Amino acid sequence: MVEQPVQVISNERDTDAYFRLVLRAPEIARATQPGQFLHLRIPPLRDALLRRPFSIFQANGETVSILYKTIGKGTDMLARMGAGEELSAIGPLGHGFTVPARGGETPLLVAGGYGMAAMYLLAERSPQKGIVFVGGRRRVDILCEAEFRKLGWDVRVATEDGSYGEKGLVTQPLLAEIQNPKSKAESARPAKQIQNPKLFACGPTPMLKAVAKIAEEHKLAAEISMDEHMCCGVGVCLTCVIPVKTASGWEYQRTCTEGPVFDSREVVWEVAK
Amino acid sequence: MNLSVSIGKLTLQNPVMVASGTFGYGVEYSRLLDLNQLGAVVVKGIRLGPVRGNPTPRTAEVTSGMLNAIGLQGPGVDGFVEKYWPFLKSLRVPSIINIWGTTVEEYAEVARRFDAVGGVGALELNVSCPNIKEGGAQFGTDPKLLARVVAACRKATTLPLITKLSPNVTSVVPYALAAEAEGSDALSITNSFPAMAIDIETRRPKLANVTGGLTGPCIKPIAIKLVWDARRAVKIPIIGMGGIQSAADAIEFFLAGANAVAIGTANFYEPQTALAVIAGIQDYLQCHNITDIRELTGAVRLS
Ligand SMILES: Cc1cc2nc3c(=O)[nH]c(=O)nc-3n(C[C@H](O)[C@H](O)[C@H](O)COP(=O)(O)OP(=O)(O)OC[C@H]3O[C@@H](n4cnc5c(N)ncnc54)[C@H](O)[C@@H]3O)c2cc1C
Ligand SMILES: Cc1cc2nc3c(=O)[nH]c(=O)nc-3n(C[C@H](O)[C@H](O)[C@H](O)COP(=O)(O)O)c2cc1C
Ligand code: FES
Repeated sequence: MVEQPVQVISNERDTDAYFRLVLRAPEIARATQPGQFLHLRIPPLRDALLRRPFSIFQANGETVSILYKTIGKGTDMLARMGAGEELSAIGPLGHGFTVPARGGETPLLVAGGYGMAAMYLLAERSPQKGIVFVGGRRRVDILCEAEFRKLGWDVRVATEDGSYGEKGLVTQPLLAEIQNPKSKAESARPAKQIQNPKLFACGPTPMLKAVAKIAEEHKLAAEISMDEHMCCGVGVCLTCVIPVKTASGWEYQRTCTEGPVFDSREVVWEVAK
Repeated sequence: MNLSVSIGKLTLQNPVMVASGTFGYGVEYSRLLDLNQLGAVVVKGIRLGPVRGNPTPRTAEVTSGMLNAIGLQGPGVDGFVEKYWPFLKSLRVPSIINIWGTTVEEYAEVARRFDAVGGVGALELNVSCPNIKEGGAQFGTDPKLLARVVAACRKATTLPLITKLSPNVTSVVPYALAAEAEGSDALSITNSFPAMAIDIETRRPKLANVTGGLTGPCIKPIAIKLVWDARRAVKIPIIGMGGIQSAADAIEFFLAGANAVAIGTANFYEPQTALAVIAGIQDYLQCHNITDIRELTGAVRLS
């Protein structure tokens, strides 16, 4: 973990309200594990003081990149920054995904919206290629599909409005695959039984909850990345907590340090919002 | 140039500390900055037993500040001593333990327990947390209750005692006087201000706790005035805090009457703030040919 000024190399629109920001940050790039995040201070924000957390999408030698959606003052301002400008980054932060061992589990990734960004490095570093299930409201919410295909992964898309892929929630194709692996006959590649599947998910909390339920019902392990509001990003303020089971009940744990990735069985979903 | 200041029998190498609840238990920031450069580390509020804390969302950003209603989540005395004390003890700078309770007896018991731990720099009595139903603020908004808490802790420990006052009172003067009279070695001014923010789309309060404490640069002028009010009433040292993000901010607190300062919310967005403030204070003293930081305390010119 370091705090350092990082320079914008490029900052380009991806689809609709989504942008890709590439930053020069060699130390952070070298240390990054899949599922970790950056905490960015956007200097032109002045009276909005706090840093904003973003999953590290790619980490290549000297650079790290993020994939972000403009939803408010910080991300709007970020979208206006250009090559050569500087911002301050703390990272890499958080406890990320467990990369499966060679010959170990085959990942089934489940992503909603910018959750795709958090999963790319896991796909890149996993010795077994798996399937990524990606969902969104509309076609424009389906991000970086091409990157996953380039890695040789099978990508299954669902959109709520049916504008792309299957119509409905991302958990539908996931369930279909788990219940009947041969159901992908219509997809390009020949059907094969997934060996030793393990779920990994990142997206809105209702989606994570649904994935946790599927994992439980099918006795599958699942690692889920929680999206909680953050303030310090390093574990001191206790803003970002979620309820986690303990021997005697449950306690609030920090998504910025104990997480953002948790074993889905550890989370007390009845209490989580 | 002398930067060192005293809080009771505790001597700090410089007058810049980090505020309770904004620096965890020190260890979290130890990879980003050298804690041994600080005046002192002040840890998150601790009561006798573990505390789960409030539901989320617990913080919200507001213009030039933030709201928080963490609810004093913490491991309790035993959990703290086991998990965090070994690291804090290994530092060369003192640790100040922020303590609270729901009864006068609990405050005294926590003070006694930390007295027995050995090596604690000082205790800061949090009588001013606005975010919990019992304890905290009720002791900070009744001068008689405040006097009882301070007196009970004074009996329970020989450690330096710092009383952290609530800003949520008509005048801080009676509280400052009560703390001083009962043997408090210093005052911390100020804790956060009760406040609220609402999301106009969902019409829901931005905090699950509905209300919370306002901190950050937006409170600085109010905090300066509180320090100024207290300075004219008491002789004991005052640790000034509220929105400090630069040496200039800190110097304003000294001029208003503070003997030391603490950096709070700014740690969250610029973890190096305390170190930058120390360096900036040195520059200021040098530029103004001042050889001792103590000359600045209360040195505001009124005419
Ligand atoms: C671990 C982690 C990883 C993240 N990764 C990414 C990523 O890869 N790409 C990306 O686009 N975003 C990501 N986010 C969310 C991102 O941090 C927020 O979108 C961003 O902070 C919003 O800042 P803003 O100033 O634009 O919005 P603000 O002006 O602060 O807020 C605008 C609105 O968005 C809401 N909002 C703010 N933060 C969040 C949040 N975390 N979740 C849901 N709603 C929020 C606010 O309540 C408000 O209604 C991540 C968040 C976390 C905690
Ligand atoms: C998230 C948060 C948690 C805090 N927790 C405590 C606490 O446990 N005990 C306490 O006495 N003050 C606590 N405070 C108050 C700070 O110590 C400080 O008095 C206040 O934030 C004003 O300083 P600032 O404006 O520089 O942040 C907390 C403040 C924040 C923002
Ligand atoms: S964001 Fe501060 S503890 Fe996680």
